[in-house]
Amino acid sequence: MKPLTRYVPVIYIIFLMLPIYWLLNMSFKTTNEILGGFSLYPHEFTVASYVKIFTDPSWYNGYINSIEYVLINTVLSVSVALPAAYAFSRYRFLGDKHLFFWLLSNRMAPPAVFALPFFQLYSEVGLFDTPWAVALAHTLFNIPLAVWILEGFMSGVPKALDETAFVDGYSFPRFFFQIFIPTIAAGIGVACFFCFMFSWVELLLAKTLTSVAAKPISAAMTKTASTSGYELGLLAAAGSLTIIPGAIVIYFVRNYIAKGFALGRV
Amino acid sequence: MSSKAVNQKAWFLVAPVFLLVAFNALIPLMTVVNFSVQETFGDNVFTWSGVIWFEQVMHSERFHGALFRQIMFSAIVLAIEVPLGLGIALTMPRKGPWVSVCLVLMSLPLLIPYNVVGAMWNIMALPDIGLLGKGINALGIDYNYTRQPISAWFTLVLMDVWHWTSLVALLCYAGLVSIPDAYYQAAKVDGARTWAVFRFIQLPKLKHVLTIAVLLRFMDSFMIYTEAVVLTGGGPGSATTFLSIDLVKTALGQFDLGPAAAMSIIYFIIILAVSWLFYTLMMKNEEA
Amino acid sequence: MAKITLKNLKHSYLPFPTEDSHYSLKKMSLDWADGGAYALLGPSGCGKTTLLNLISGLLIPTEGSILFDGRDVSRATPEERNIAQVFQFPVIYDTMTVYDNLAFPLRNRGVAEVEIDKRVHEIAGMLDLTKTLKNRASGLTADGKQKISLGRGLVRSDVNVIMFDEPLTVIDPHLKWKLRSKLKELHQRTRRTMIYVTHDQTEALTFADQVVVMKDGEIVQTGTPIELFERPMHTFVGHFIGSPGMNVLPCEVKAGKAIFAGQNIATVNAKSYKGKSQKLELGVRPEFVSFAKKGIPVDIVKVADAGRFRIVETRNGTSSIKLLVPEGEDIPSGKTHLSFDATHTQVYENGWMVGGRT
Repeated sequence: MKPLTRYVPVIYIIFLMLPIYWLLNMSFKTTNEILGGFSLYPHEFTVASYVKIFTDPSWYNGYINSIEYVLINTVLSVSVALPAAYAFSRYRFLGDKHLFFWLLSNRMAPPAVFALPFFQLYSEVGLFDTPWAVALAHTLFNIPLAVWILEGFMSGVPKALDETAFVDGYSFPRFFFQIFIPTIAAGIGVACFFCFMFSWVELLLAKTLTSVAAKPISAAMTKTASTSGYELGLLAAAGSLTIIPGAIVIYFVRNYIAKGFALGRV
Repeated sequence: MSSKAVNQKAWFLVAPVFLLVAFNALIPLMTVVNFSVQETFGDNVFTWSGVIWFEQVMHSERFHGALFRQIMFSAIVLAIEVPLGLGIALTMPRKGPWVSVCLVLMSLPLLIPYNVVGAMWNIMALPDIGLLGKGINALGIDYNYTRQPISAWFTLVLMDVWHWTSLVALLCYAGLVSIPDAYYQAAKVDGARTWAVFRFIQLPKLKHVLTIAVLLRFMDSFMIYTEAVVLTGGGPGSATTFLSIDLVKTALGQFDLGPAAAMSIIYFIIILAVSWLFYTLMMKNEEA
Repeated sequence: MAKITLKNLKHSYLPFPTEDSHYSLKKMSLDWADGGAYALLGPSGCGKTTLLNLISGLLIPTEGSILFDGRDVSRATPEERNIAQVFQFPVIYDTMTVYDNLAFPLRNRGVAEVEIDKRVHEIAGMLDLTKTLKNRASGLTADGKQKISLGRGLVRSDVNVIMFDEPLTVIDPHLKWKLRSKLKELHQRTRRTMIYVTHDQTEALTFADQVVVMKDGEIVQTGTPIELFERPMHTFVGHFIGSPGMNVLPCEVKAGKAIFAGQNIATVNAKSYKGKSQKLELGVRPEFVSFAKKGIPVDIVKVADAGRFRIVETRNGTSSIKLLVPEGEDIPSGKTHLSFDATHTQVYENGWMVGGRT
């Protein structure tokens, strides 16, 4: 590889890290210092913003609420996607191709279109302002994605495995849990990663379907802009903290990222 | 594929997925369709209004504006992100200790909540106290994204490129990594130069991945909402009001249910149509 | 075309190898004459692909050197060495036609179109690809694609050596022999140096004039197919070549004579044995074992029909001895005796033929 091109990823990564560095920079400054002028590093280093977030329930509950619905959604989406993906991978049945495309088409649905209808629907079933509302709403996009990813991985496992197990006397549930699932563990990891990712970052629906009790961190953050003017330091600290779950998840699946993007199909 | 057994009982395996997605998709859609062809004057009384809302939306300047801006935005963003992502993927290390580091750092922007992305750039682009804002103004360019449409567009595009190029890059990288070494070896033996290797080996093998990347980026950029709203709020004025932003304003802001519903349907149809086009192209590629 | 010399070649995939086990290729030296058909034969992991890649320039050797016609090319690129390589699976340029695929190496070297046209048609004719020249290469069957890969190697007139890395792996079994014969025919027509790597002894023995047998990164024996068959230098060669492989029986040597099952066995080389009794074995191919009235007592265990002959498995104590019996001959039942052809019975010490290792 020519020596010059080796620097391209480096420059790109620096570009990616700049806004994150700036956010961290501001999170350790007082709002006065931020508004007062421009500096590349905090002259009055302070962790006051972070302390506020960790001690004020209206702040840290936001994080807890967000993680709650993301986890529910991931577990739910992947669990129901597993048998469905198996069906698509191993069997032909009436309407299978149409069903598959219909599932994928939901990924193409703009959340904005569903904002109001979801608001009414989930109010109607009494789930408004609970993590379940957001978790269920997100399954609209995440289930099709999970099915697509899992089906790709499952198709890579030869049917001989299933047949051998059945010949050996395994019942379907036993085969599925004891043999099949360990085989596609990587695929499950990838599916969980993507479900987590899309649910964690999506906020239009999360805000629309919650108000007080299940308010996610996004909504909590917008309040700093409206109520007491721009509390930028606090905003920056809150934002910095939202990067952490994502970073942790990526770190754990780093070996599967390339495979995951291959979706078992490339 | 043809060795799949026919088994209608597979529907039991698929049932949970079907029910969940149907609950979330069909019921709301029915609601939307309902609203799009009805009119209300309050007190939950609805009357049939036919295609009035559709006509109104289709003829509204506001809708045209939002649609036009949306198309421009998606086009610009695609034109930058796809070649850029591909280029970066080509230069990423494929073996060695730096691979993990590279992948992890590049994935980071993808996992930041959209509102935080918007907030980050909002703050960073502030003319006097933000890294970007101060930097550009220091170069002598008069830059203020809250007041100048061009600056707002520039900042939005830059933010989107920052946010999403990694997706394209990672997809292309996965495609590149899956090309067996033998192809590169054969090219070496055949005396092919770098450009020929790209044109005759890498690019053809990346067709599938590139189609997915274009499809995903088109869909997601066409639906953009939170990041844009947090950054510019749709302004200055309506300079950066895209379809989703306009729709949410109409639906949740003004509670104009009829026009919002009609707009939703048109919106959804546009995306479906273009995506279906890409999807069939992609399927045709696979069979070739 | 070139004479290829390997001098004290050693290779390791690890950056800092210190002991023998770190090396995929242990020290070896070899001479290959110009224009010959050679095979590198050995089981998976024996280092044959490593050796191939060292010769073609896709790997740089850790130690030692490779010479083409006396010129040191150890660090030269594949392009500089003027080699061609056919891989395990067909490597073709999907977007191009068959014609363009064959023309590609020549175009990269700036050859005139007129000359290219002539060469492409010539090679296409040799490979029976003429009818498909205008088709897209991606539409051909696996063997057609491998022919294109091969063609790209043949089309260049300045090629020093053509290497084949298990090229028939993805070919349908009923087409393998066709392609194999075609390769042999091509070698005889073009007289280019060809090196063929495989784990299949049939492929190696039918294609090559000279076979190099490898195991665990070492060259075990080099010779013509007949030499390998009749005079295996190592028990491994005896096992690996021939079907069924050579019988290997434990034995002792006393006073210049080999002893097995309490009897003196006449051998080619027992007399040369001068050492202490380390792992000694007797090797004799089933082809050179026959029934006799006197000799080694055995029980007949199994008779398998292999078409024109039968494989009879017998047992003496814990040793199993196989022999081939042609069609039509009688096979005694129960107990009988065997005798070994002395000129084809060898003594091996630690696997190596006594008196034979250079």
